[in-house]
Amino acid sequence: MSQAVAHGHDDHSHLPAGWKRWLFTTNHKDIGTLYLSFALIMFFIGGAMAMIIRLELLEPGVQYVDPTFFNSMTTMHALVMIFGVVMPGTVGFANWLIPMMIGSPDMALPRMNNWSFWILPFAFTLLLGSLFLPGGGPAGGWTMYPPLMLQTGFALPFVIFAVHFLGASSIMGSINIIATIFNMRAPGMTFMRLPLFVWTWLITSFLLIATIPVLAGAVTMLLTDKYFGTSFFNAAGGGDPVLFQHVFWFFGHPEVYILILPSFGIVSQILPTFSRKPLFGYESMVYATASIAFLSFFVWAHHMFTVGMPLAGELFFMYATMSIAVPTGVKVFNWVATMWRGSMTFETPMLWAISFVVLFTIGGFSGLMLGITPADFQYHDTYFVVAHFHYVLVTGAVFGMIGGVYYWLPKWTGHMYDETLGKIHFWVSVISVNLLFFPQHFLGLAGMPRRIPDYAVQFTEWNQISSIGGFVFGASQLIFLYLIIRCIRGGAKATDQVWEGAHGLEWTLPSPPPYHSFTTPPQVTDAVAHS
Amino acid sequence: MLLTRIMKRVLAGAALSLFMGETRADYALNMPRGVTPLSQDIYDLHMLIFWICCVIGVIVFGAMFWSILQHRKSTGAVAAKFHHSTKAEIVWTIIPVLILVAMAVPATRTLVRIEQAGDADITIKVTGNQWKWRYDYVNPGFGLDGGFGFFSVLKDDSNQARQVRSGIDPRTVEHYLLDVDKPLVVPVNTKIRFLTTASDVVHAWWVPALGWKRDSIPGYINESWAIIQEPGTYRGQCAELCGKDHAYMPIVVKAVTQDEYFDFIGEQMVAAASESAGADREWNKDELMEKGGQVYNTFCVACHQANGQGLPPAFPPLAGGAISTGPVDGHIERVMNGKAGTTMAAFGPQLGDVDLAAVITYERNSFGNSTGDIVQPAAIRAVRK
Repeated sequence: MSQAVAHGHDDHSHLPAGWKRWLFTTNHKDIGTLYLSFALIMFFIGGAMAMIIRLELLEPGVQYVDPTFFNSMTTMHALVMIFGVVMPGTVGFANWLIPMMIGSPDMALPRMNNWSFWILPFAFTLLLGSLFLPGGGPAGGWTMYPPLMLQTGFALPFVIFAVHFLGASSIMGSINIIATIFNMRAPGMTFMRLPLFVWTWLITSFLLIATIPVLAGAVTMLLTDKYFGTSFFNAAGGGDPVLFQHVFWFFGHPEVYILILPSFGIVSQILPTFSRKPLFGYESMVYATASIAFLSFFVWAHHMFTVGMPLAGELFFMYATMSIAVPTGVKVFNWVATMWRGSMTFETPMLWAISFVVLFTIGGFSGLMLGITPADFQYHDTYFVVAHFHYVLVTGAVFGMIGGVYYWLPKWTGHMYDETLGKIHFWVSVISVNLLFFPQHFLGLAGMPRRIPDYAVQFTEWNQISSIGGFVFGASQLIFLYLIIRCIRGGAKATDQVWEGAHGLEWTLPSPPPYHSFTTPPQVTDAVAHS
Repeated sequence: MLLTRIMKRVLAGAALSLFMGETRADYALNMPRGVTPLSQDIYDLHMLIFWICCVIGVIVFGAMFWSILQHRKSTGAVAAKFHHSTKAEIVWTIIPVLILVAMAVPATRTLVRIEQAGDADITIKVTGNQWKWRYDYVNPGFGLDGGFGFFSVLKDDSNQARQVRSGIDPRTVEHYLLDVDKPLVVPVNTKIRFLTTASDVVHAWWVPALGWKRDSIPGYINESWAIIQEPGTYRGQCAELCGKDHAYMPIVVKAVTQDEYFDFIGEQMVAAASESAGADREWNKDELMEKGGQVYNTFCVACHQANGQGLPPAFPPLAGGAISTGPVDGHIERVMNGKAGTTMAAFGPQLGDVDLAAVITYERNSFGNSTGDIVQPAAIRAVRK
């Protein structure tokens, strides 16, 4: 990709060569590529951890890893996938696409852009390095609940500082995105003409700025409780262990929308293209996204219904949680209505987008079930929850991102990817991912708690099916890696528009686009924006 | 063999997901209906929402797949031009609101009922510890004297099979990971109030047949209740990650008739009386070593291991350890008060004088340690004062 980009249309003689180009780059496309490549590497590291988890769960009994290492695998798998894959991956999309979509030459704050990326490798060196410390990595779950988390050995400060770094990176990325969208739009690119992907990222950025400092506060209190004698979360010292859970989930619930909203945006770009029909209900999509984001601040305690809240609190959080189903439903209905009476073709990006709508909705249904407090007293902390959040995060957020890669890869590289290989990747993934996660609903309902390395024998068969699905799903991502590398190195020349039904400013640029996207701003009309 | 079993399950699963209402209990595809009024309310609520979601799913996915089949370019479909419809958008905002209200009414009713733990006949305090439960009969009901309690630990056969590469097939162990040495015994048709708390980290007490789980949190006392309608043995597990042996602290509730319950309470009272009598006498070394071995295998072995080698650095060895071969006072202090910021719990409040004296004696004279020290229950009592 680097070669292709460097030989773009405009002046690039000032580009440093080799590694210096990537270390010092302030270009939105280079930084986008760095973010996406980083996310892809982390996807395989986090995936390898998932393989260890599924291997141990293939049989009852403890065959391969001891329980402490198993716990650090579940902890690290979550941290890597959330902070190392979905968050940097979606920022990569934002970097590549937002300037091209709003008609600007680059991001508003290019030097901060460089810094916000280059913090990540250091953060993950700290985080992953903690696995090799005496006593092993963090094993208290990614939710880091005290007092358990305070029993962590040397790894604790490493994890906390890694979270601080990751948070700083996200906040800088968000400030950059907000500044770019507010200040760099081309003439005529009003807010209500922004592509939906840009809208979802604008809203995501505000969620990040509002919640990341709260997470930073929570983990800092853990640090001082462990090393400086404070008792924020220590009941014996007058503190409150449940306080941490409230503070953590005040971050944690908006966080799940931070993970999913950019994929909502990607799918909202893909579906109209291959339906050859404008997105249905653009305005209600924008309002629904904003409502979801707003409501996400009032539902955090549904992650902790079982801590023992007053009845009034439980009712409030149940009703607030249920209300999120309304704007989420609007989005799903609008996606279906976009496809309705279209003229559809089913290239690989469309397949991923359709499976996103179906499988994310299944995750939405189980989410609604979990939001019903009395039923949650049964579901909570079982494999039903594991199934739920993997449906929304893997077949939701990650499928949206994979669909987005197929959709824009020809634009980014200037080459068409291998369509047959893409379809094989899709079908193997979509079948195996359901084999992997669907049986986990049954396991949870039948009584299997989450985060256990070993289980009662009646859970054996569903776990075996799940593990086999997991191994196939993991292996099928190697097809994706191979396909991307091949597409970067060559392939059929992509046209500017790439897809017959594609509309929007990024498709008016050559493939690959010039190093500085729009050096003279395009004039945006309603016809360009909403066709 | 494995494949046929998996295939059978997949086919059964596919068939049963269509008729979830008639799920056979041993196939374990669905939530158990349970044996308490609350668990049955919750089960009905769960099925109601499940079916509503299924209907919505069929309509939405049906429309989508019909469209995918009909509106394809390859069959000559030409794209329509519409891009919004205020009427449709109002309809699909209002209808979900109405459905949600219809769900919220029974959910609220059940939730209000769940939170009415008052007027209980029996009160049992449930304390989560790494990694075992303690049950205290705060008020055993029926005018009986309370105050006794006991620990409930993973049964020995499960515990041997669950060791890393134990070589024991869990399928040969009855109720693998779901059996304990001493179950919680309660009477049927009696309102039982459970007070959950914890001594170290957050745990969660969960028996699916009772319909709920409740976190047990240090510094908190949570309240919940159950009326068990059928005699039987009901099994559950800790449901909140609590460290290395989170998977190995099961819960077994034995619901018995009231007569059997009276017998059980009587036995416990006698056992408590003989325990306190034991604390007043001198013990010889052999008695202490035997008792100490039992206590060690229940409370210490998970971390410090059967051979006393521990799992360093998190769980230090006792064999030749600085504390277990150092001054006796330091050893008693560490066992009774624990070490802050580590998994080493304070066993002073958890164990009686005899158990503490015995286990300390055992640790000082096992695994190659040969201090020859004998710690008497009286020495523990002196430290407590």
